[in-house]
This record gives sequence, structure tokens and C-alpha cells, in this order.
Amino acid sequence: MLKTIRERPGLQGILLISPTMFWLTVFLLIPLALIVVISFGARGSYGNVVYTFKLSNYARLFDAEYAGILWDSIWIALLTTLACILAAYPLAYFIARSHPTRRSFFMFLILIPFWTNFLIRIYAWMIILRGEGVLNAVMTAVGLMNTSVGQWLFEQVQLYTPGAVLVGMVYEFLPFMILPLYTSLEKLDPSLLEAAADLGARPWRAFLRVTLPLSLPGIIAGSILVFIPAMGMFVVPDLMGGAKTVLVGNLIRNQFFTARDWPFGSAASMVLMALTLVVTLIYTRTFGFGEELVP
Amino acid sequence: MDDISVELRRVTKKFTSPEGTPVIAVDDVTLGIRNGEFFSLLGPSGCGKTTSLRMIAGFEQPTSGQVTIAGQAMGMTPPFQRPVNTVFQSYALFPHMTVAQNVAFGLEMKHAPKDGIRQRVTDALAMVRLPGLEKRYPKQLSGGQQQRVALARALVNRPQVLLLDEPLGALDLKLRKEMQLELKTLQREVGITFVYVTHDQEEALSMSDRIAVMNAGKALQVGTPTEIYERPNSRFVADFIGETNFLAGTLAGCEGTQAAVDCGGLRVFAETDHAPAPGTPVIVAVRPEKIRLHLEPLPNVLNCFAAHIENVVYVGTDTRFEMRLAGDHKLRVRQQNLVSTPDLAAYFSGRADVYATWLPDAAQVLME
Repeated sequence: MLKTIRERPGLQGILLISPTMFWLTVFLLIPLALIVVISFGARGSYGNVVYTFKLSNYARLFDAEYAGILWDSIWIALLTTLACILAAYPLAYFIARSHPTRRSFFMFLILIPFWTNFLIRIYAWMIILRGEGVLNAVMTAVGLMNTSVGQWLFEQVQLYTPGAVLVGMVYEFLPFMILPLYTSLEKLDPSLLEAAADLGARPWRAFLRVTLPLSLPGIIAGSILVFIPAMGMFVVPDLMGGAKTVLVGNLIRNQFFTARDWPFGSAASMVLMALTLVVTLIYTRTFGFGEELVP
Repeated sequence: MDDISVELRRVTKKFTSPEGTPVIAVDDVTLGIRNGEFFSLLGPSGCGKTTSLRMIAGFEQPTSGQVTIAGQAMGMTPPFQRPVNTVFQSYALFPHMTVAQNVAFGLEMKHAPKDGIRQRVTDALAMVRLPGLEKRYPKQLSGGQQQRVALARALVNRPQVLLLDEPLGALDLKLRKEMQLELKTLQREVGITFVYVTHDQEEALSMSDRIAVMNAGKALQVGTPTEIYERPNSRFVADFIGETNFLAGTLAGCEGTQAAVDCGGLRVFAETDHAPAPGTPVIVAVRPEKIRLHLEPLPNVLNCFAAHIENVVYVGTDTRFEMRLAGDHKLRVRQQNLVSTPDLAAYFSGRADVYATWLPDAAQVLME
């Protein structure tokens, strides 16, 4: 038996990928096929699925109410991605430029929050952003809440607003942006920046002409890692967005668990997948995957 | 002082190593590099030559002392405001830019007019004999081509001084020899001051107008290749550049620039320029190729010593002898193979005991 395997490289390959193939077939391809089939069905009177072939579930998603939810989802996911880039870049840059022995320690710090359950961390944020929460107390203590600017700022991120959802999403996805950004910045040869300075580039221009283009692969990889899960996120908007912020993730969840309209939920899932693919494709077609920029 | 392009005055650079121990990379170095000169900083790795170059470029700030370029004290002037350009050891070409974009970078930073840039880029690439590669990316070029792009990228800015940090280090031997000649020719053509860092003594000797030999952060000797090779001022310089025999002894006396040294039973005559007091311990340095071998002692010459041949090696251009003098001094001798037959090895091989001579002014008295 072992001898046969050793003599046939083709068989080795099949054996090596078969556990993964099995997993993907049972837990991805078959469920996906089911969702496709169900999305064309209809809801029975008792919340059961009636198998038909109708496009009405998809048509319903173009109703103003649902189209608005889809639009908000894309918008919040894009904002989350952008905010993650802006927050992660300086941090990743700092870590990549610090002494090699310290870098792994900093990366370790980035990963510490993962030791605590995600839900617990979101609850912590709820305590911070509540109307009478930690942030409010701190801002009151330093006198910021007496100013109109301070009040406005607080209202932007107060719990149960879209701003609070954004804070929660950025918090959740930031490490997925930091890691690929750090990887591409760490690969950047410091002598390239010396060369830029030597050729007369001030630090800011050297950044725009050398550092930024060469870290584009990291930005792209990080954006994909953040944007895709952000599109489907429902826990954060559920807990931090209140009733005001319903995103497509919440919509899908509600169809399956509350409304028991599996066909409509399936159709929404398919559209979410399609939208995510389209946005990701447009993005990568515009910027490339970035590999061609790396020597 | 119009003649001086780059001046280092009492420049010292101290670092703290990652382990926390202080390191003196450059130790009180004073140098004057003349306009239009091909000047080399030569020394073993860690001697401070690259740190000196980086202080001229502005990548490092001296701990004390002053760097002056074209009459202007540099102080804390950042690299992007200095009238110098650098060719980096790793070339440091921008991987995301084409050859043309790389070469144009410096001109763009100085906001040169657009159509002027294109012409100057073309000219610069022609100058380094790389025309027609404008649209290639650095990774599509060979090491030698990348080296030329790096050179064009620096020279296109017409700097006052071009700094080169072991630019040929990554090339194979044949290409390196070619580029040495080309660099020297190029330097004469453009007339820009070149400051060239290398650990390769042959490279420094063949290319430079003047050389500073550095060791342990100090500039030990500054001079033309001939001065450095023929009149080394210290044991380190004599040993680092070329091959040298050292005979330890004490000074017996001086007459003008000629010194007599007692080396364990031998009285050796050699050149001296600092006339030390009799009794001072000194070393006599004599190059292997300056020594002649004879079968009989020569009458009435200084420096004629009986020598016992221990080993003979034929290496084509010359024959190398390892021999021992009275007083147990080892001596390496090279004799050029002027005639093909009978070869020197065969000629001397039957005779273990011969005579070695050299002219007093071919040897040098050095302080221990």
C-alpha cells in the first residue's frame, strides 16, 4: 500500500488534498448549492421552504428599503476599510522601523486582544460608548462635554449610532490590516529611502513616491481581508448599532432566525456574495494584486 | 582653499551598539579631498570608511567635528539638501520605477522642466552606455546594468561630489575590472570629485588619484597610490597594501634619510623620513619584488645577506621564494620570470644557499 503511494506522485497529490477537498465539499460547496436552490424558492406558511423557481426574492432586494440596507453595508464596509488603513499604517510603519528584536514583541501586543472572546470585547466597547459610559465620563471630567465640539464628537460615536458600529468594526478588523501592511513595510529596504533623500526628496515626497507605492501590496491584501468580512458582519451592528443600523448581515440573520424566510435570506446571501466579489474585483483590477510591484 | 571639494575636520562618530557598548566608528579624522579628484577610502571592513562616506552624504551626523562640501559647512544639513549624490553598494534602485523613472527621480525632485528631464535622462543613459533600456524595470536588468543605472541616476544630477560605496562589490571579477576602467574614464570625462569606498587595495591603487588608508576609525595615511605603496608610513599600511617583509630590529644610526638598523645580527640599510633616535626599536619593511637573488655575494653593496631557500613556487608571471636569513628572519622574495628557460625555480632549486640583496631606498623604516 505504502509502496504504491510512494511510486505514484499523482496519487500522493490526491491524498494530500483530499482532507481539504472533503471539508470544502461538505461544509462549503454543498451548503452553497443548497442556498442557491433555496434562494429561488418561496416561504411556506409555517416558515418552511417551498421549492419553486421564482426570482421574486431577488426582485424584493431592489425595493428601496432593502437596497438602502445593501448600500449602507457597502458604505460602512468601505469606511471600515479606509479607517483601518489610516489607523494601521502609522502603527505598522512604526513596528517595521523599530529594532528587529522589538518587532515580534509589538506584534505580540497587537495579537493580545484575540485572547479575549470577541463578544466580550464588543460588550466592553458598549460600556465605553454608552450614553452614561466611560467615554462620556472621561470627556465630562476633562470638560470636553461642556463644549459643543466635544458634544458633537461624542454623539458621532455614541452607542447605537452608525459611528459606534464603525468604531466596533475598525476595532475588530484592525489587526487584519496591520499584519499585511507590516509585512510589506518590513520588506522595504531602508536604503531606498536613503536613495530618495540623496536624490533630493524631502521625507514627505519620499514617502509618497517610494514607501507608499512599495507598500501597496500590503494595503491591497489588508483591504481585502477587512472589506470582505466587514460586508457580512452582523454581530457588531446588532449589538452596537441598535435598531437604527441594519446591515445586510443582520438582514440575512433575521430572515433565517426571526422571520423564518429562508428563501429571501438565501437570496440576500447570494447578493451579498456577488456584491463583495464585484467590489473586490473592481478594486484589484484598479490596483492589481500588487505582486508585480515587489521585486 | 578653493581647491578643496570635501573637507572632514576632526570628525568623530560614536555609536552605541544594540548590546549597549559604545563603538567609535570614526576617530578624529581630518581629510581634504580636492576638486575633480578620484579619492578612495580604503580599509578592511569596520574601519570606518563607509561611516565617513555616510557622514559626507548626510545619512549620519558626526558626533563631533565638521564636514564641509564646496566651502559650505554642512552641520545638520539633511541629505536632500546636500550637493552630493550616492551610488549605493546595493544600488538601491527603486523597484517600482522603470530605468528612466529611476534616473529622472532626482531631476523631478528639483523640479527641472519636463522636456529637459527626458533629454538629460537619455544623455545620462548614453553616458553609462545603457541606451534603449529606459522602459525596463530594475529586476529585468543584470547586476552590471543595474550598477550603470545607479551611476546614471546619481550623475544625471551633476552633483559637486559623487559618493560611491563599494559600487563594484557585487559584480564578478571580469565585470569588475571592466567597470574599474570605465569608472575612471567616466570620472575624467565629467570632472566631478569622486569619493570611492573600497576594501580592495588593487581597485584603490589602479583607480585613485589619492587614497586614504583607514583602520580602526583612523585615517592612517593619505597619499597617491605610489606614495602609499612605496612609502607606507605604518606597519598596517605596509601590510594591508600588497605584500611586505618585516624585519624587526633597533636603530643603529641615521645619515640623512638613510638609516642603519641592527636586525638580530644583520645590519640593514633603509629609508627613513622621521630620523628616530639610535636605540629605538623599529621595523624594516621591504617588498618581495624589490629583492634580488644572487649565487655569489656582491662586493661593496649595502644589504647583501646569505639566504637559505626553504620553498620555491612557480606562478607563471614570477617565481616566489620563501627563505630564511641569519638571525632567523623569514623573507619572501619574488623574481620576475624574464626568460622562459631555464626557469628560476629550476635554476635555484639545486642551490639552497644564495644571497639576497636590495637597495636601501627600496626598504622603509617603520616605527613599531
